[in-house]
Amino acid sequence: MASAKGSAISRPTVRGLGIVRPRYGELAIRTVLLACAFVSVLTTFGIVASLVGPTIEFFQAVSLREFFLTTDWAPTFTPARFGVIPIVVGTLSVTFWALLIAVPFGLGAAIYLSEYARPRARRTLKPILEVLEGIPTIAYGFFAVTFVTPLLRELWFAGEPPAIFNVLSAGLVMGVMILPTVASLSEDAMSAVPRGLREGGYALGGSKLQVSTRVVVPAALSGIVASFVLGFSRAIGETVVVLLAAGAIANLTLDPRESVQTMTAFIAATGSGDIATGTITYKTIFAVGSLLFTITFIVNLISIWLVRRYRQVYS
Amino acid sequence: MSENERLEIHVKQLIRLAPARPLALLALSGLALGVAACGGGGEGQGAGAEGGEQLSGTINIDGSSTVAPISEAAAAAFQAEPPDVRVTVGTSGTGGGFEKFCKGETDISDASRAVEEDEMEACSKENISFEEITVANDGIAVALNPQNPVTCLTTDQLTQIWDKGSDVSSWSQVDGLQPSFGQELKLFGPGTDSGTFDFFTEAINGEEGQQRTDYNNVGEDDNQTVRGVQGSEGGMGYFGLSFIKENEGKLKAAEVDGGQGCVAPSNETVQDGSYAPLGRPLFIYPSDKAVKRPEVKAFLEFYVENAQMLAEQALFVPLTDEQKSEAQQKIESLGSQQAAVR
Repeated sequence: MASAKGSAISRPTVRGLGIVRPRYGELAIRTVLLACAFVSVLTTFGIVASLVGPTIEFFQAVSLREFFLTTDWAPTFTPARFGVIPIVVGTLSVTFWALLIAVPFGLGAAIYLSEYARPRARRTLKPILEVLEGIPTIAYGFFAVTFVTPLLRELWFAGEPPAIFNVLSAGLVMGVMILPTVASLSEDAMSAVPRGLREGGYALGGSKLQVSTRVVVPAALSGIVASFVLGFSRAIGETVVVLLAAGAIANLTLDPRESVQTMTAFIAATGSGDIATGTITYKTIFAVGSLLFTITFIVNLISIWLVRRYRQVYS
Repeated sequence: MSENERLEIHVKQLIRLAPARPLALLALSGLALGVAACGGGGEGQGAGAEGGEQLSGTINIDGSSTVAPISEAAAAAFQAEPPDVRVTVGTSGTGGGFEKFCKGETDISDASRAVEEDEMEACSKENISFEEITVANDGIAVALNPQNPVTCLTTDQLTQIWDKGSDVSSWSQVDGLQPSFGQELKLFGPGTDSGTFDFFTEAINGEEGQQRTDYNNVGEDDNQTVRGVQGSEGGMGYFGLSFIKENEGKLKAAEVDGGQGCVAPSNETVQDGSYAPLGRPLFIYPSDKAVKRPEVKAFLEFYVENAQMLAEQALFVPLTDEQKSEAQQKIESLGSQQAAVR
């Protein structure tokens, strides 16, 4: 009792921290860190601002109706035609094949790492998976053209084999490329599910598979969805793989064996020439960029909404 | 004189090291600066080498963007030497270049075709006479897959395949093809702001920029055309002639029949004009008034002297020795005559 009282008395001698004098160092650090956070915010605003001007000018010259509702894309020719649908469909069709690989395999890898793998296996496998994320996309692009495409053409069994530049090869390789992102983020989400939930599942007589798929995955759903969306955004914005492997022909088709042009590949290929500033071709690049930005933005909004809706907070 | 030789040796050494066009040109201009620096510090008496006469002034060049890389390289290398001469190279296009040239705004006009009747009239109205000097030759190769049995294409067939609105999708649809070939046609070509695109569309489809749009538009990356044609049995693509040499074995160059029988593309057939219509000379047009200025004359002499090397550097077909000496004679006579007549 006495000792407790003694410590209570001694406390005021310490005095309230921070009341003594203003801490300028602390303030400086706080400002620097705030600036760090603002760099990315400002960059985003800068990108939007730089896209808006030329895009508005573009739509003064080309009607929204032509851009969004016609299907002939030849913006650098005379007469120029601005039906953006073929390159949007091209982009989405490559993305579809990428997600077809990345989602099931990524989720499978995440479930294995989080639920089945022994700690040692997990400690080795997860870093390896994450290293895949660091491979430059140009390497994936050449892998697609020089390895996957010839392999597909060699092994093709149903009808006409794929063209040298085709949707399928680009999509599959892109799927492998974004797989680590999906797997790694999903695994983080699943690992964060409290142990108590799993044990509750086992206590009710659930098998490992049942607990993984019916308890852990639903509980981690918001994180898993976020990983899918991030994978989608990466796939839709990926440039080098499609530039090298998917072709450069604004072809309105869903056939994965055909060559297509994606929005990013159009921007990259057209931007590499000598385009005069202020020409309609120049503005077209920005209009396509804005569309790409808008699509990614909407998908991200949907994902935020999904994450909020399904988020389960454990404490 | 010794300075000239020294520069040429330097440039030549550099060219052996430099692999591709843009890099090489950058390096070339870098070298020019380097030489200037060396000349100033290393030799001591170098400055007065031209017999005490210091060249100065500005030389304005404008015109074809195809010829511009050669003129730019020439300008970069030349400016290293007489430090007070500025050479500017614009790219208004051949027609736009002549417009300025005939108003007396430029000294030299770059052109990827010969001057036209109405342009000559415009010039003579302003009392501007000029001479046509060939500085390089340009050629386009039509590349086919090695498996393709077709070896020669007529210009009519090329037009049928490539013209605006063409819906030829298989080799079997091409009129009069020898031997017959049934593969699907896969087309690869450069982007619309490429000089090769302009030349090809004008020579084959009759109007610059007119071409079907459903082809693999590889932009500036001709390697994609190589990969595409190499990987498609029925593939066809086109690019500058020098590119086919770099990719021998992977592709074959089609012979082109422009009405005079099948001619294979090569430096020789482009130089002698028999590889028509996909071969052409590239010109510069110096005005008579400009040539009277010593710095312009010196520049032209330098240009033609190094034209072969500069052309190869910019991935064109160089002049033959005959073409070169002809060009040199023209410059010689331009300077001395009262008015050059074409």
